Amino acid sequence: MFVHTRSYEDLMSPEDGDVVSRSPEEGRGDQGDQTSMEQISKDFSELSTQLTGMALDLEEEMRPSQEDKMDLSLQTARRDSARSEKEDEDVTMEAWRMHQKHVFVLSEAGKPVYSRYGSEEALSSTMGVMMALVSFLEAEKNAIRSIHADGYKVVFVRRSPLVLVAMARTRQSEQEITHELLYIYYQILSLLTWTQLNHIFQQKQNYDLRRLLAGSERITDNLLDLMARDPSFLMGAARCLPMTAGLRDTVSTCLQQAKAKSLVFSILLSRNQLVSLVRKKDQFLHPIDLHLLFNLISSSSSFREGEAWTPICLPKFNSSGFFHAHISYLEQDMDLCLLLVSTNREDFFTVSDCKRRFQERLRKRGVSHALQEALRTPFYSVSQVGIPDLRHFIYKSKSSGLFTSPEIEAPMSSEEEKQRLLELYQYLHSRAHNSSRPLKNIYFTGPSENLLAWVTSAFELYVCYSPLGTKAAAVSAVNKLMKWIRREEDRLFILTPQTY
Amino acid sequence: MALRELKVCLLGDTGVGKSSIVWRFVEDSFDPNINPTIGASFMTKTVQYQNELHKFLIWDTAGQERFRALAPMYYRGSAAAIIVYDITKEETFSTLKNWVKELRQHGPPNIVVAIAGNKCDLNDVREVLEKDAKDYADSIHAIFVETSAKNAININELFIEISRRIPSTDTNPPSSSKGFKLRRQPSVTKRSCC
Repeated sequence: MFVHTRSYEDLMSPEDGDVVSRSPEEGRGDQGDQTSMEQISKDFSELSTQLTGMALDLEEEMRPSQEDKMDLSLQTARRDSARSEKEDEDVTMEAWRMHQKHVFVLSEAGKPVYSRYGSEEALSSTMGVMMALVSFLEAEKNAIRSIHADGYKVVFVRRSPLVLVAMARTRQSEQEITHELLYIYYQILSLLTWTQLNHIFQQKQNYDLRRLLAGSERITDNLLDLMARDPSFLMGAARCLPMTAGLRDTVSTCLQQAKAKSLVFSILLSRNQLVSLVRKKDQFLHPIDLHLLFNLISSSSSFREGEAWTPICLPKFNSSGFFHAHISYLEQDMDLCLLLVSTNREDFFTVSDCKRRFQERLRKRGVSHALQEALRTPFYSVSQVGIPDLRHFIYKSKSSGLFTSPEIEAPMSSEEEKQRLLELYQYLHSRAHNSSRPLKNIYFTGPSENLLAWVTSAFELYVCYSPLGTKAAAVSAVNKLMKWIRREEDRLFILTPQTY
Repeated sequence: MALRELKVCLLGDTGVGKSSIVWRFVEDSFDPNINPTIGASFMTKTVQYQNELHKFLIWDTAGQERFRALAPMYYRGSAAAIIVYDITKEETFSTLKNWVKELRQHGPPNIVVAIAGNKCDLNDVREVLEKDAKDYADSIHAIFVETSAKNAININELFIEISRRIPSTDTNPPSSSKGFKLRRQPSVTKRSCC
């Protein structure tokens, strides 16, 4: 259904942001990726600078001067009301410094573009220092990748004309933080296109990009929050809403029949879970592009009413142009969102009619009720598998770009515990995908759970067991789990992808 | 009863309350924490005006800079444009004047312009005087009202005034597109094979 690019690795390739458009075929070249990956990882380990002294200086710079504070009070008064209180957070306060992960985006002229916490104005001197660091190393024909300091990492990603910086206290690897920064970069491209972004800065190097991005901060904020709690991004795959194969097929057929010439993708989703996806023949939707669409929809309540029509760039599909997305909820109280992606910006009414036809077919086939029922149970319980020690798992099918995982249940159902579980998966994932020493099998014994990871060319499996089990039991349970997944496959995944 | 379709677009700075006005008119509801519109949002509402039914096809556009270039797509072919400003923000009134200029230059020749000074419930922090706005509106022969989407003040009146100003059917048939017509015939189901 999706292009089977090695999305994670793909993200890591050094300059792919500069490639204007990538055909799906290019993305399939795994072997090429492999060697370049090795090169990058080598570069990584050589270039990662352990500048503890530098980090201290940086910390010094975090305290803005007196003038900055004055500036802040003036500026915050004028801020757009659209953004939350987050914006007004005082960057001189300890609380600001204690955030788990800061993300900054700046232009090559050192101008602030985005800050996750605190207003960009108040951080302009800090961002100036970041740019100075980048330039300082570049003058030596070198590139700064990361700074490792006591308890935190500073990771840099350079995608001309932007520089992205993350300051993380999380236990994520540098690779994973880079991966998240690239998502932010793609998010910005999805609003502007790569072509427009470059054009702007070619015209005027010190352009204040915040003008064009005004109102989109919430989308970027939402993406960062989502990445911190949704394993889709880590997996580079999408999760399907579980439903019987028959129901899904009917819905997909209805969606497929409500087509129009300019439509490229029709996507039906519910709370970041995929219900159905129909695509034009030979056109593939990259998981990153799909995630950006999911994020856009979950970031704004403005789609709840009426029918939205907005330009959107899908950077992995084509970073030089806009598609036009028709976004609407099928029923007001139902969490079912329909996304129709068209190539023609004048086609609103044609596309809107596709929606009407789709709804009509759903009614005629009498599946509305069954669909509502499926929406009521968006997750399944791990107990269905029938393995007593099994607490949770993530299974990703590489060929489809889809993954499945059960609801996180007690004793891990609190927000902190969910977060911790995701961090454990992140850890396993980073070990399994470590570019210099990738691992195929990992068994990890922790104080409150045991984990197992198994990565093959066809799938990736991450499993969490209670701490009482043994390694042998865990391994034999994996076989049982795999059998269960195989049996439930047609409910958990989309097995027969549709084209128009 | 005759049904007329009236295409109306809302223009104006970000955060002035364009979507809130539309929500109040269409759904009679108000959400103080409404998110900024992305792209544009389309809604319809049919109201009776004298012996006709007026179906408003409303394009609620996003006020943000990056969507600016899309505006012509929405005001082109519109029978009326509602330009909204926030009475508590002087600069939104300047933006409004720019919109008027743009409409005069590039908009359809007979477009009915309505100026809505929104958030009139916040009189204490007013920055734009009602008289100044009224004088300006008169000078360009535009409809003028101060509205409050929050307290439902003058919202319906605004649309009634538009109904009143729009020339009657026989002299000026509303611009139609294929899309509208299809929407009116719910029985159309194309059997497409593939």
